Amino acid sequence: MSAQSQVTISPVLTRWLVGIPVAIALWVLAYGYLMEFANAVIAALQLSRETQFGEAVHFFFYDTPKVLLLLAGIVFVMGIVQTFFAPERTRALLSGRRVGVGNVLAATLGIVTPFCSCSAVPLFIGFLSAGVPLGVTFSFLISAPMVNEVALVLLFGMFGWKVAALYLMMGLLVAIVAGFVIGKLKMERFLEDWVQKIQAGQVSPHVGEAMTWVERFEAGRDHVRQIVGKVWPYILLGIGLGAAIHGYVPEDFMASFMGKDVWWAVPAAVLLGVPMYTNAAGIIPIVEALIGKGAALGTVLAFMMAVIALSAPEMIILRKALKPTLIATFAGVVATGILLVGYVFNFLL
Amino acid sequence: MKNVKVLGTGCANCKNTLALVEAVSREKGVQIALEKVEDLPSIMGYGVMSTPGVVIDGVVVHAGGVPARSKVESWF
Repeated sequence: MSAQSQVTISPVLTRWLVGIPVAIALWVLAYGYLMEFANAVIAALQLSRETQFGEAVHFFFYDTPKVLLLLAGIVFVMGIVQTFFAPERTRALLSGRRVGVGNVLAATLGIVTPFCSCSAVPLFIGFLSAGVPLGVTFSFLISAPMVNEVALVLLFGMFGWKVAALYLMMGLLVAIVAGFVIGKLKMERFLEDWVQKIQAGQVSPHVGEAMTWVERFEAGRDHVRQIVGKVWPYILLGIGLGAAIHGYVPEDFMASFMGKDVWWAVPAAVLLGVPMYTNAAGIIPIVEALIGKGAALGTVLAFMMAVIALSAPEMIILRKALKPTLIATFAGVVATGILLVGYVFNFLL
Repeated sequence: MKNVKVLGTGCANCKNTLALVEAVSREKGVQIALEKVEDLPSIMGYGVMSTPGVVIDGVVVHAGGVPARSKVESWF
């Protein structure tokens, strides 16, 4: 399986190399005609954007293809990028890193390393056993689910690049600082005993697999199928809600109890977010609804981060490897970070 | 008879992997002793970091995600 270094272009690869530019051209073309498409739908339905219902329908038929196009494009690219960052590779990049630089690197790698919360514990222990410091490992573990391409694309598509960029920066900051703090607290003894034993042990060599480009492209395609196949109902729901709000509900409806002047709104949002568990796509309809009705951005982003980064099921999984003290510290430090982010946002914007 | 272990904590991908291995081995008429390992310390004992992983006769042949069908076929 390892002797595939010959530089011969297979027919399958040729198909990809022709297909991708064609797909890009179609993508760009489609993206350029989003407004025309929505206008055409409105015209075909004999509606007018002057009416509330017409405006809501227009919003729906403009935003849905836009977000789906963005998502398909970015997820495909990320699917390919992730083939370069197998967890084993990320671990090798992080092992022996010093606290500080290591935390920044870990949080950043969390964006591009494929991650599923069901393998959080094996990953966690795998990192520790290779000599990645505890705090650095936590930076990765916080960033990986929270700062991901689906969340960023959805925020970008629905609220613009500024909100997406702020979410990216704040998410990274929470992951870096929380990991740094946990590292400083020297909590290694609060790992379960069997974990501590493994930690002293060996790192088994990974079965090296050199991937071909065809396999990478296929990984990108599978990633699109898997992610877009899973999240499209949430997106339709989110945009549908957004459309309804856009057309009907007066703005500032939520401002009185989730606006920036309500000091307890941020902690309430975080507390509410912890027991809830969903992925980035599932939370977007709620976010859309809240922001559409005039809730403050910091409060809503804090809510979103709490739902994604701190969840009861994940804690239960982590409990197998961490003693309660460490879990409580993890939750406390991350919640504090998210709280600060919420306040800073509300204060600045 | 090959001894095949699927390592995983019980997520959807692990179940898919188990089903795939079972289907392919039956198709090829290969007798296997299929076993699911859900216990974390044992999984970690194989040094697998991203589940699902597949172990055949004590050797880790796959880790991280559902293996491609062609890959599973190459094992039997």
